[in-house]
Amino acid sequence: MTTLQTAPEKAETVVRREALYFAFRNPKLLGGLAVVLILLAVGIFGPILDSGDPFAYSFTDAIQSPSGKHWFGTTTFGQDVFTQFVAGLRTTFEVGALGGGLTAIIGMVIGFVAGYRGGMIDEILNMLTNIVLVLPALAVLLIVNAYLGVRSVGMQALFIGLTSWPWVARAVRAQTFSLRTRDFVDLARLSAVPTRKIILREIAPNMSSYLFMTFILCFGGSILIASSLDFIGLGPTQGVSLGLMLQNAHQWSALTLGMWWWFIPPGAGITLIVGALYVANVGLDEVFNPKLRET
Amino acid sequence: MRRYFGRKLLIYGLTFFVAVTINWMIPRFMPGDPVASMLARANVTQPAAYEAMRSYYTGLFGLDQPIWQQYLNFWGRLLRGDFGTSIYLFPTPVSTVIKGAVPYSIGLVMPSVLLSWVVGNWAGAIAARRKVLDNTALPIGYVLTAMPHMWLGVLMAWGFGVILGWLPIAGGYSFSMRPSLTWAFAWDLVVHWFLPFLSLFLIALGGWAIGMRNMIIYELESDYSNYLSALGAPQRLIRRYAFRNAVLPQITGLALQLGVIVAGALVTEIVFSYPGLGSLILNAIKNKDFFLIQGAFLFIVLGVLIANFIIDIVYVVVDPRTRAGMVAGT
Amino acid sequence: MITVDGLRVYYRTLKGDVRALDGVTFDVRDGEILGLAGESGCGKTTLGKSLIRMDGRMKHVAGTVTLDGRSLPIADDAAMVPFRFHEVSLIPQYSMSALNPTRKIGRMIRELLKARQAPYDEQELHKRLELVGLGVETLERYPIELSGGMKQRMVMVISTLLNPSLLIADEITSALDVSTQKAVATALAGFRDAGFLKSMIFITHDISLTYQIADTIMVMYAGKLAEKAPAKTMVTAPRHPYTQLLLNSLPEVGVRYGQRRLAGIPGSPPSLLNPPDGCRFRDRCPLAYGKCAEEPPPVEVEPGHFVACWKA
Repeated sequence: MTTLQTAPEKAETVVRREALYFAFRNPKLLGGLAVVLILLAVGIFGPILDSGDPFAYSFTDAIQSPSGKHWFGTTTFGQDVFTQFVAGLRTTFEVGALGGGLTAIIGMVIGFVAGYRGGMIDEILNMLTNIVLVLPALAVLLIVNAYLGVRSVGMQALFIGLTSWPWVARAVRAQTFSLRTRDFVDLARLSAVPTRKIILREIAPNMSSYLFMTFILCFGGSILIASSLDFIGLGPTQGVSLGLMLQNAHQWSALTLGMWWWFIPPGAGITLIVGALYVANVGLDEVFNPKLRET
Repeated sequence: MRRYFGRKLLIYGLTFFVAVTINWMIPRFMPGDPVASMLARANVTQPAAYEAMRSYYTGLFGLDQPIWQQYLNFWGRLLRGDFGTSIYLFPTPVSTVIKGAVPYSIGLVMPSVLLSWVVGNWAGAIAARRKVLDNTALPIGYVLTAMPHMWLGVLMAWGFGVILGWLPIAGGYSFSMRPSLTWAFAWDLVVHWFLPFLSLFLIALGGWAIGMRNMIIYELESDYSNYLSALGAPQRLIRRYAFRNAVLPQITGLALQLGVIVAGALVTEIVFSYPGLGSLILNAIKNKDFFLIQGAFLFIVLGVLIANFIIDIVYVVVDPRTRAGMVAGT
Repeated sequence: MITVDGLRVYYRTLKGDVRALDGVTFDVRDGEILGLAGESGCGKTTLGKSLIRMDGRMKHVAGTVTLDGRSLPIADDAAMVPFRFHEVSLIPQYSMSALNPTRKIGRMIRELLKARQAPYDEQELHKRLELVGLGVETLERYPIELSGGMKQRMVMVISTLLNPSLLIADEITSALDVSTQKAVATALAGFRDAGFLKSMIFITHDISLTYQIADTIMVMYAGKLAEKAPAKTMVTAPRHPYTQLLLNSLPEVGVRYGQRRLAGIPGSPPSLLNPPDGCRFRDRCPLAYGKCAEEPPPVEVEPGHFVACWKA
């Protein structure tokens, strides 16, 4: 048994080393990751360095274009746009990580169980997936938020997770379907390993690269949904996010007043984060999928 | 094929049922007396209006009746087309308010979705063919898909409206105009429609182009393409086959994107104060007009379901395998 | 008649060239079916691909291929086009998915022929379909409506429609069950007899199946020719130790081996990235001795029987 096990393990480390080799030479992955990490660092350390209150009113400093004192200028109420931007980045990353993580987890659990169990359970889960899939997520979030007044970042992320998992579930289900008939899964099943363990130890590791990429896409998607909710006025009531900044800028007519410094940074921030995530994802795809590599 | 449609209709039916149930349930989750808290939040000040609305809503919710009766009543009113009465436009029925907004939304969404799908597929197919184009089209595509809808809208309004002053950036038509069947009014509508249309079109374009490019490259590496190459078939024929096969998942993709499209259209309308459902919802939220929000929600769900069904029909027409009696995909 | 002389085709990889096909010489006469056998990775599929269409990672290093007196420009993808389908044709491993799923088969055939400027002879097509037991109405179907065996036969008919001089059948039976395998192999021999193709290279890892239809069998090992002999000779009196072990490891090769125990060949083929000098089978060979450090050239030990081994 021991000799049998060493061979695949060795092959696995080779595959992993090869993936790392390509990862360090993939400009898309490196570039995308660099942008995300820089913005993340700004979001994490920015509020520590720039300890100003993002909401502090200052009528003497109102409507200032960018300068050395106010890097991104100020709002109609004299709030510093850069301070808001830095604080907003943090919130936006939080929503992305929580909402995206939750979306991925729910989708994976349902996809794994449906794909692995098959039969009646699959039918029911599949039906559920299809129903949630057709329901427009934003519309559901709309009435839930409107009535229940869900206004914290955590709750926002929770509801994003609860409404946007179906496509993950569908993809994971299809992958699990093709994996569950493989020899190593059969072997585990014959050895009476419980389902939960088979999924966690045999199936999930074999699609880990795919799952990771799914999480990245969920992360980006979650940021976009949250920013739309914020913009409609259903964002967190406390704190500041990039979406809320856009909402404020729009609500207080930054556009017609020509205050471009108010609405450009938050939108650019979201676009940069999400775009960099997508590009990094394409890079990852090339790393994990040898077919896509240029030789 | 009957099985295929039967299954689809079952799912759509269930979805509608779930949507209506959510709609019915959520107000009842609100703490305390929903009628009182709604009216309190809606800041109704005139005592006469307050009393009228109070008695109206109490009757509407029928909270004194057993819960199953309330649920059945809710369905009954719904099927009669009664979505309740708007609070902030009291006493206009919600259905009337929504009917006024829906044409604007459809007029905005339909052309932008269809056009971006067609142009995006075409651009993606070309990008898959030429390396140079691929290297320019792909980054642009990714930037476009990563943009929040409202931001592109704001940028468009700023660039074309504020700086260049070419196009109006707010409303469905000019304040000075009265809706009428004249060329002047029609032109005014088009001018106001153009920027929101353009920003919706552009954002969706990137996604379709990227999707098509990836699908075509995948198809060009498929076995049937390799077989044709081995038999010396020209690239033209192989590409034609690949395109045809790559379009099919793009049709399914259109159905899957409907949720995103709806969300994008709502916020874009808000940016441009376009008088569709998006702006309506924004006002409803501001004024705590819950019936209006609920009505808009049901309308959106209904619209998405109808769109899904149309796409299903198109898919059957386009994919010969479904017509040949086989069930392809879900 | 096809003549392959000293053909070397390598795969480009990041770690260097993989010498998948490293100097192979043989010929196939008109009317001859050559069975090409060996373990996976021995270069048989590379050889098959080289003769019709190399993929992007393959590069032609040395050697020539001559078909009916004309030189085949195998390294030049564009120059090969006129030969493909007309002169050299292929039945791929992936026959199950070789047909465009969204075209009716008949229409696909017409479009393919038109694109190749070949005449569409409907009667001939119908005749050949009936020969393999496919009704004419199959042409009005989509590939998804056909069973695996039907698709296989359809691809056979399409590939040989222009009566190619050389047909390469690459592992075509590996996806089929045993009884279908035999039927497919016999049908292909029938195609040769009917004159739909002049000569054929039948690539497979299954020597016993090869024996049923091939006139000559060629066994390859690690990118080189190990032994080539008339089918009967190959099975009854193999000379190369590798062939002997290969045949020993099979349960039945047309001949009964009595109660002999089945033996696998210990060890595995050498890496073709930097293959060792000398005989490549040396490390696994029970007969290896000092001389094997030099590379054994293929020697014709009797008419039509080539062996690349110092001990033969």
